[in-house]
Amino acid sequence: MSGGVDSAVAAARAVDAGHDVVGVHLALSRMPGTLRTGSRGCCTIEDSMDAQRAANLIGIPYYVWDFSERFKLDVVDDFIDEYRAGRTPNPCMRCNEKIKFAALLEKALALGFDAVCTGHYAKVVSGADGRRELHRAAAWAKDQSYVLGVLTEQQLAHAMFPLGDTPSKDEVRAEAAARGFSVASKPDSHDICFIPDGDTRGWLEERVGAEPGAILDREGARIGTHPGAHAYTVGQRKGLSIGFPAPDGRPRFVLEVRPKTNEVVVGPREALDVALIAGRKYSWAGLGPIESGIAEASEGGCAEFECHVQIRAHAEPVPATASVRPIDPADYADGSAAISASRMNETDASYEMRIVPREPLNGVAPGQTAVVYVGERVLGQCTIDRTRSAIPVH
Amino acid sequence: MTVYLDHAATSPMPDDVLATYADALRLVGNPASIHGQGQRAKHTLESAREQVASSLGAEPVEVVFTSGGTESVNLAIKGLFWARSPRRRVLVARGEHHATVDSAEWLERVEGAEVEWVPIDEHGRIRLDALAESLRARANDIALVTLLWANNEVGTLQPIDEVVALAAQYGVPVHCDAVAAYGYVPIDFDSSGLAALSVSAHKIGGPVGVGALLLSRTASVEALLHGGNQQRARSGTQDAAGAAAFAAAAARLERCDLYDPARMRALRDRLIADVQAAVPDAVLRGHPELRLPGNAHFTFPGCEGDSLLFLLDMAGFSVSTGSACQAGVPEASHVLLAMGVPESEARGALRITLGPETTEDELAHFVRALPAAVEQARAAGLADRAPSLGR
Repeated sequence: MSGGVDSAVAAARAVDAGHDVVGVHLALSRMPGTLRTGSRGCCTIEDSMDAQRAANLIGIPYYVWDFSERFKLDVVDDFIDEYRAGRTPNPCMRCNEKIKFAALLEKALALGFDAVCTGHYAKVVSGADGRRELHRAAAWAKDQSYVLGVLTEQQLAHAMFPLGDTPSKDEVRAEAAARGFSVASKPDSHDICFIPDGDTRGWLEERVGAEPGAILDREGARIGTHPGAHAYTVGQRKGLSIGFPAPDGRPRFVLEVRPKTNEVVVGPREALDVALIAGRKYSWAGLGPIESGIAEASEGGCAEFECHVQIRAHAEPVPATASVRPIDPADYADGSAAISASRMNETDASYEMRIVPREPLNGVAPGQTAVVYVGERVLGQCTIDRTRSAIPVH
Repeated sequence: MTVYLDHAATSPMPDDVLATYADALRLVGNPASIHGQGQRAKHTLESAREQVASSLGAEPVEVVFTSGGTESVNLAIKGLFWARSPRRRVLVARGEHHATVDSAEWLERVEGAEVEWVPIDEHGRIRLDALAESLRARANDIALVTLLWANNEVGTLQPIDEVVALAAQYGVPVHCDAVAAYGYVPIDFDSSGLAALSVSAHKIGGPVGVGALLLSRTASVEALLHGGNQQRARSGTQDAAGAAAFAAAAARLERCDLYDPARMRALRDRLIADVQAAVPDAVLRGHPELRLPGNAHFTFPGCEGDSLLFLLDMAGFSVSTGSACQAGVPEASHVLLAMGVPESEARGALRITLGPETTEDELAHFVRALPAAVEQARAAGLADRAPSLGR
């Protein structure tokens, strides 16, 4: 229970459904702030109090569990490492993968609980054989199946999302108000919870440091200087400060960040279009494509199958084909595509999930997660290691 | 039925105290008013002051009613520091309650105090040799010495007489935080030689929101609160009903049929033996003998104290990890760390504190429930440190 409206309603619904429920608030920071400012920050003392008030109203016990050490190791340090490696991580996914449905779930199982129930907008659906599948929420506008795409069958077996069938957030807020929760109209939280003022660039600079380096065009010519490569994200337009326009007068975008050489590559918008994405760290949310009868086995991986790919929490899903194939070592010769050291040991580096969108994807950065859907169902995901531009360098 | 074994956090209010409180709340009149009703409220208040003074071997004029232990400690430490200006040094034992730790750190940060933390030994007793050394060096610049009568977490009793005798050699006033000790060990303020002593009503079955600072006739403090001088060193309308209830709880301390520390000690000793028999690797923390009669404090290797607390709560036992919480987040106890306990062990702490109504049966139930909870908490502790899901 974060202290927000969704988890409060989820807890109340779980109680109504007859479950024996205990409210748990995660303390994720050793130095929590006292008060929220707007929608920013997380696990402040105020949030904890809000969660406790809701738990008291529902009539369930309430505890605060401290996962600040694990959160620092698995989410915050990973976030820094990924940026250092020139990648764009999604810390919310990491938190679901490593904290909510790993550290928390395991502790809960050890303490005698059966499941972790959260206020995420997604559905866990049991197939005919009792196998769990992850599906999009009824409320498409709030659908959070993307950030849960990292969950495995084992984790889904112990996950409950009571808001998955609710058609809209308004309905959840109305229910919260009807139940008398003081958080019914509390603003949604967004941004990164551990960067309380929202200044990701400044926050990273303090931790990663900033060395000036070259801004290059696609042909490799130096056209400017940046104050530190880590502050740049693929697809970014603002803050390049090159000082003179491109020869064709069109805006320039960040195409690539090369942390090893501290270089930032820029170019026209269409050069952001990506025709292929691939990643070696992939997982299936339940049965994989072969066991699900969606794809044939091939070369120890699986052959191409039709799907939709989504590359950000609220991006449009794009029709694509996906497959799992042995890697071509030549694709990973470039250091910038290497898996950051913190995750090397988790990954079977000899296979990759390869996704070919039917139309080019715009602004895809290594480190982002590509989630693969078949209809409403989340089939799996990969963390993107490499991309291939739709437009070759001339 | 829940078994309450957290009397050090707060002790339930007995019916007769509650009745006294409710009756006194119906009284009309501000004790500072001149009319008859005000005078009756004043009488209630002053009778209470006499009773509280008597329970602590003090004179009524030495009792300053406060809003509780925290205010008393703040008033003593900050008030003595200011009154003793320009002396800048404050000697504070390690492992003190946060009311003391935070007051001392505030003085350091805002008022330019120099705080010297006097070490404690592995049982939590102040190191008298270190204190003597600190007093001897720059004695003229010491504003005060402050320490607990008994540690609120591990229950260890401090050598108050020796500390006062050492400080007296240099004319340094000593404040003692007796919030945890009050009611469990005899306290005779006037023969103690202390300049100031803090107590709280709710630890002995009185109401929350009432406490007292005992201030010897010869000590002076600068006030924290200004506006009316209703009491020596404190302004603010006095709470006659709260004081009356405090006095009713204090009166019980003098009746061994109601309040019997010797009985508590016997039950507690049995509890310690039974816990160690049921969970052989449980480590008793604090001094084996020189401890509060109602306090048993253990660390359980491999357990997180909060998991243990949760499991025991679900099984119907209210206990504590003993350490301070922020928004319910348990931290490794600074007391245990100051005693030299490694952090990994300090995280497995559990404090069990008995009250006057605790029964042998309740403790026997607790001891029966404990081994399963410890075993399960250990499994959860392992999961917490090295999760295998999501790898």
